[in-house]
Amino acid sequence: MTTVAELPAGFADKVLSAQSTFRSVMDAMARPGSVQRVTASVGAPAGMMRGAAAIALTLFDHDTPIWLDAAMSATPDVAKWLKFHTSAPVVADSSIASFALVGDAKNLPALDRFAFGSNEYPDRSTTLILHAESLTQGPNFEMRGPGIDGTALLQAMLQPRDLFQRLTINEALFPRGIDVVLVHDDLIVAIPRTTRLVASGA
Amino acid sequence: MNAPAYNFAYLDEQTKRMIRRAILKAIAIPGYQVPFASREMPMPYGWGTGGVQVTAAILGPQDVLKVIDQGSDDTTNAISIRKFFGKTAGVATTTSTTDATVIQTRHRIPEAPLHAGQVLVYQVPIPEPLRFLEPRETETRRMHALGEYGLMHVKLYEDIARFGHIATSYAYPVKVNARYVMDPSPTPKFDNPKMDNCPALQLFGAGREKRIYAIPPHTDVVSLDFEDHPFTRYRFDAPCALCGAGDSYLDEIVTDDKGSRMFVCSDTDYCESRQLAGHRGSESAPPHKERAHG
Repeated sequence: MTTVAELPAGFADKVLSAQSTFRSVMDAMARPGSVQRVTASVGAPAGMMRGAAAIALTLFDHDTPIWLDAAMSATPDVAKWLKFHTSAPVVADSSIASFALVGDAKNLPALDRFAFGSNEYPDRSTTLILHAESLTQGPNFEMRGPGIDGTALLQAMLQPRDLFQRLTINEALFPRGIDVVLVHDDLIVAIPRTTRLVASGA
Repeated sequence: MNAPAYNFAYLDEQTKRMIRRAILKAIAIPGYQVPFASREMPMPYGWGTGGVQVTAAILGPQDVLKVIDQGSDDTTNAISIRKFFGKTAGVATTTSTTDATVIQTRHRIPEAPLHAGQVLVYQVPIPEPLRFLEPRETETRRMHALGEYGLMHVKLYEDIARFGHIATSYAYPVKVNARYVMDPSPTPKFDNPKMDNCPALQLFGAGREKRIYAIPPHTDVVSLDFEDHPFTRYRFDAPCALCGAGDSYLDEIVTDDKGSRMFVCSDTDYCESRQLAGHRGSESAPPHKERAHG
């Protein structure tokens, strides 16, 4: 039984750590495919990478329902840590979540289980935060879209293997869609709904 | 009590989180106006409450802030906002376009090209480009949802029918990433081409109307026009009277009641940098005047 005293800490400096983490996320979102680093020192519960924990502390609060995948909710650690530090409600229904934390990306549910937003309010969609095996090594992913000068090259070990194939629904749904933030340790890469895969390979 | 009476950069953390989430959605959906719970700021609406909230949400201690009002670093609005963040966030401020990391602007885009890593924050009075054509929010929201922008083209056509050319000279509507029609805020249409494929991130905040929208770097921004009436920039046909620039946007300054006028760069930083580099215009003081007087 975990008590509050045993919970890992959050940010050492709430205000400035949240600011620097947000700028990393904003730069990642504004330059899809680019690898950004979360520099703030942050405690994280077991099963959650540092980058994901920093994003949670920066963006989650009582206004943002959170959905946890099976890996994140295997022990109550993550939910308790989120509740204590962010007071964000953890919900079982992924279709009403503002953010989804996915620790075991291999078993990512079908994307239509999450919120795409409506054509009138495309901002009312779920942002996926996915743990990745690596964001610096692995197969090549060449991308284009707003925020990218020409094409951007990402080398990453991603799960699920068909992630970009699944994200092609963003093209048909736009402006509705799913934005993805990939996290490995303290590195983050964003794939907003406007980004398209040009080519991929080893 | 030694605790400061307000948080870093004035806004409380919950407000910043809410604004930050809106900014991320705005970047993910270029040109779409994200509703946000705009707060009251210690300045009146119309003074840039939207821009100030966006700036406060992104600003960090490492940033160098520049604030311009109609291109000028020296007007009341620009000075008061610059001082506001100097006091509440302790950030360094500058008037140099190239040195700044965050530039908050009212109604101009600087002449000096922006570079990657910079953020341009616009103060926006009316974010909805269709508002004067269709007053109902429910209707304009549906028009955006359907990408139904015929009304805007009718408006531009009526300009041509009445004046022989598209007479809209500021807040000239643009289409972002071939999807959303967007109001670039009341910048002169001279500045519209600078928004296209810009290396800097552009964020727009409308405080009274409670909307945030964005253009990511390197995004297509096209000014609406017709094949037979293509978009054109407009500037007064004169060089700057102080620095001789022939490519900058000019302000017309009336100098007496007999019809005399002079044209000077609206972008004060651009004009001053050129003068420092030795460029002179017709109204410049002669160089080394002090030395001549001994």
